[in-house]
Amino acid sequence: MTPSELGWALLRVAIVLGFLLGTLPLVIWFERRAIAWFQDRIGPNRLGPFGLFQPIADAVKLFFKEEIVPANADRFIWSLAPALSLFPALVAAATIPWGPNRLLTPVADVEIGILYFLAMSSLAAYGVLLAGWSSNNKYSLLGGLRASAQVISYELGMGLALATAIVASGSLRMTEMVAIQAEPLWGVVPFLHNWLVFTPWGLVGAALFFICMLAETNRAPFDLPEAESELVAGYQTEYSSMKFAAFFMGEYMAVLTISGIMTTCFLGGYLAPVNWSPLQSLAETGGGIFVPLATLTGALAPPFWFLLKVAALVFVFVWVRATLLRLRYDQLMNLGWRVLIPVGLMNLALLTVYLLYGWLPALVGYVLAIALYAIWAGERARRVERRQVILYAEARPYRRAESSPSSTPLSEGKGLPQEVLHG
Amino acid sequence: MPAEYVPILILFGLAAVITAVMVGGSWLLGPRRPTPAKTAPYECGITPVGSARERFPVHFYLTAMLFIIFDVEIAFLYPFFVMVRDLPTEARGFVIGVATAFATLLIITFLYELKKGALEWEDPVEHRRLKAELKNQ
Repeated sequence: MTPSELGWALLRVAIVLGFLLGTLPLVIWFERRAIAWFQDRIGPNRLGPFGLFQPIADAVKLFFKEEIVPANADRFIWSLAPALSLFPALVAAATIPWGPNRLLTPVADVEIGILYFLAMSSLAAYGVLLAGWSSNNKYSLLGGLRASAQVISYELGMGLALATAIVASGSLRMTEMVAIQAEPLWGVVPFLHNWLVFTPWGLVGAALFFICMLAETNRAPFDLPEAESELVAGYQTEYSSMKFAAFFMGEYMAVLTISGIMTTCFLGGYLAPVNWSPLQSLAETGGGIFVPLATLTGALAPPFWFLLKVAALVFVFVWVRATLLRLRYDQLMNLGWRVLIPVGLMNLALLTVYLLYGWLPALVGYVLAIALYAIWAGERARRVERRQVILYAEARPYRRAESSPSSTPLSEGKGLPQEVLHG
Repeated sequence: MPAEYVPILILFGLAAVITAVMVGGSWLLGPRRPTPAKTAPYECGITPVGSARERFPVHFYLTAMLFIIFDVEIAFLYPFFVMVRDLPTEARGFVIGVATAFATLLIITFLYELKKGALEWEDPVEHRRLKAELKNQ
């Protein structure tokens, strides 16, 4: 590797890290502000213009706060856990291209781009699990268990959803995925880009990926691991000072990275919705002032579109959090295993049919699949009864210590497990 | 070929430094005045009962095991996903046959697991007990 190559590599690394760390306070501020507006509050508005410096002030304050290590905690693992959730979030964005210039982006255009992302994002499950286990706190343990079971369950759906993009582009390379979406829409409509989400399989894949990305980042409505109404703060309960903030930073950076992945795989990456390149070459032939203007827009437009799409997805994250209610645990697991996996497999099978036998059999397949699903779901909705659902009581061992077998009358609510909910 | 991965190694190094600063920073800068009450595990203000190193439902282990099975199976399908787009016509029958057989096995495993109730999170014993209690009232 020559020195100049090394210099460019360092620049690429610096851009990605700078973007992640620089946008982080902005995203945190945006989430707090937007949630406040959704809830008819004002939100942080004191520090700096519109309260923009609030997250930075919070970080500085947290650096100087005492770190309380819980008694009987496994100290080494307890300190390792926040690092394990921060580190993957910092490195997972390495293969995402945000522009056409290969000297500036992505950090490394490796052949296994998407596998690299999957590998790094699944490392985050360890941080959560170890944090929950090592804190020696019951809330933390339950939160950690829930989080790890949830993250691994939705990783299957995520793998299948991303496989749609892999099959469509025939490559694991992320730049290849963007290149395939630069073709004319459906192969016929000129001036429009063929974003994967505009195809039936891409739409299904994008919907699956969107659900999975909410669950993978432990965001509402899948935020059971940190359900504040039942588990205090879940796996973060015993963390204070900057270690507490490390989990938050990891979460928000994962939100940014995963939005970038969704943009790249399904929403056309850094491509504009309309193909401007004929206009661009027209401007270049025009001469005079048009030439530098065309160069400038050509350089600035791709990152602009990429960032706009990422920002829109971050807004949707916040919007979903403000709108949807938290799922119950069995609903969460049922969605992950019984809905996402069969739908993902079916989608891939139909995409394969399209690639090998043309669009007509694939279309018939999609219509059949949707009809069958509608019949099945309708039948299931008709049969479902209103009843109480009791989950496998996660907390039962602790309750048993205080004796009193379950003969206590219900009205006192004593012998009743915490998880009794109305279904 | 490995030269492609050098930038990722640089990123790993820098990310490790940032992580160390974030996690170790407050350990260096913050005060440390532990008291027994402060270090006690948080249980909403009451004195903590017992240890948190407890048994938990086997379902979490089961989910993890099923995840490994399915994740590996999906990972085995990835080479097929990559090549299906540019499949030569003469290789079509063989590749599709192999992939279909593999996917069929995957689906059969999945149906078996559903039938066995490995993905049920509702507690049948507790459910029956609660039903009886409601009837007695």
